[in-house]
Amino acid sequence: MVENMKKLKLTRDDRNGFLFALPWIIGFLLLSLYPLIMSFYYSFTEFNFISDPEWVGLDNYTDLFQDRRFYKSLSNTCFYAFIATPILLLVALLLALVANRKFKLKGVARTIFFLPSVIPMVAATMVWIWMFDPTYGYINNFLALFGIEGPAWLINPKTTKWALVLMGSWCTGTTMLVCLAALQDVPQSYYESAELDGANAFQQFIHITIPSVAHVIVYQAILNLINAFQYFTQVYVITTASGGNTSTASGGPENSILMYPLYLFHNAFVYQKMGKASAMAWILMVIVGILTFVMVKLSKKATSNAGGE
Amino acid sequence: MNKFVVKRRVSKVVFYIITLALFVVFLSPFIVMLTTSFKTLDDAFTVPVKILPRVWTFSNYGAAVERIPYWQYMGNTAYITFFSLLGELLVVPLIAYSLSRIKWKGAGIISGLLMATMMIPYTVTMIPLYRTWHALGLTGTYVPLIAPHFVGHAYYIIIMRQFMKGVPNSLFEAAKIDGANEFQRFVTIAIPMCKPAITTVAIYTFNAAWSDYLAPLIYISKKDRLTLSLGLQQFLNEFTVDWTLLMAAAVIFVIPVLILFFIFQRNFVEGVATSGLKA
Repeated sequence: MVENMKKLKLTRDDRNGFLFALPWIIGFLLLSLYPLIMSFYYSFTEFNFISDPEWVGLDNYTDLFQDRRFYKSLSNTCFYAFIATPILLLVALLLALVANRKFKLKGVARTIFFLPSVIPMVAATMVWIWMFDPTYGYINNFLALFGIEGPAWLINPKTTKWALVLMGSWCTGTTMLVCLAALQDVPQSYYESAELDGANAFQQFIHITIPSVAHVIVYQAILNLINAFQYFTQVYVITTASGGNTSTASGGPENSILMYPLYLFHNAFVYQKMGKASAMAWILMVIVGILTFVMVKLSKKATSNAGGE
Repeated sequence: MNKFVVKRRVSKVVFYIITLALFVVFLSPFIVMLTTSFKTLDDAFTVPVKILPRVWTFSNYGAAVERIPYWQYMGNTAYITFFSLLGELLVVPLIAYSLSRIKWKGAGIISGLLMATMMIPYTVTMIPLYRTWHALGLTGTYVPLIAPHFVGHAYYIIIMRQFMKGVPNSLFEAAKIDGANEFQRFVTIAIPMCKPAITTVAIYTFNAAWSDYLAPLIYISKKDRLTLSLGLQQFLNEFTVDWTLLMAAAVIFVIPVLILFFIFQRNFVEGVATSGLKA
């Protein structure tokens, strides 16, 4: 053992560095790596809270591929990832543009747009459930002022997802801040010379602003995409609110907001099919892994492009 | 006035109108929360719904904290939050120091793995971790909620590492010449120089622990052990939801976070901006 250490030529810095980072190393091994591997193993077994895992081969996966609710949850989550997320990104960018304009309420705008992202998700979701109430909710009562009959937001399966988009638009503060920081990094001289060339505000936006912040937007887009695949708390609160009981598994009206992580949670902690839930977890892991890979590639490309300018 | 000036002025007015409308939209959930908490139940369920209460009542707050063991839940939440803070503040500076100020063989590998661990979805590690804590007889306690904070969250480590990189090297060199060892340099130079980053990490940890939902949902089921975010759910589980009480309860739940936000707004904003742009 001692000889091995000598061969590696560990310096005092190596020892110190290792000791300082030790808490994280332990945490990584026990709380990330070990569960990650076990989760993969569990996906080929079946067990509940008290039983031991029993090897079932590919049964969980074949079971999932015949499970209609699995596909439903996957398609719901894909809606949130590929339709809602781009919309939310656009909202965040527009809000950042407002907060970046030189006017008196600039600081106030930043605070107000970011505020919703700070408060506990559960509290925020509950307020929205109340606002979405078809009869007594503020939204439909507001619409009624203009003679519009609002939809039954969280009750009609056709509108539930759009209610989530609305709620999500309100919570884009973090992305807004990152976009804002990127906008502030764009040199003012670019705009000044463009103005001299006679470019209007829209042309400036297309030819200067967008290219300058593109790399940040791409990075944020994929980060938000990854987060979309983990969208859980809001739909859990909404579905248990209308279901009335936390021990029953509900996916909202016609399972329209049964998101992938929610169905995974149902399998694990309501139906107690831990193996099946682990199989779902690993499919999710692969999807997120691919997205992460794409993100790293794209952000490397974006930074090398920026460096080449 | 020529056409150009008029056009400018009009677009300015339009911009202000849109901005103010956005302000109202973004603040409206807060307004709804607040005004509903001062309404009587009859008032809240009368169409057309008015923004302000027809009759102001202050009894919802008292009733809300009676309906569920509110102060007990707040105590539980504060307990978990306190130990989560203690954990992160103890280990995050240490790890960030190791990655930014010590030249050693593992630093590069760990920096790469930090990003990787951030990408692992909670639902993937959730089941094996649950089994482990269950085998150790610790489900139902706060240990599974607090322990992960004692190994350092990747996001906070990245924020702290970024900040520590900016501390001038000359300070460390001078201390080294004075005979200070690595740990002494960490305590006497790195820690005092990184106070802003430490504040940022503290705020984020507070917010995350105070608002956490999924982890308590999995591990805590006994009624007197619940956290506030789980406790609020009890209002929703009733046959008819008393929204006036729920909103009053939500207001008390949100207030500590809002106070913190307004005091430390700069830290909030800078933390998001640095970690979102770099990485």
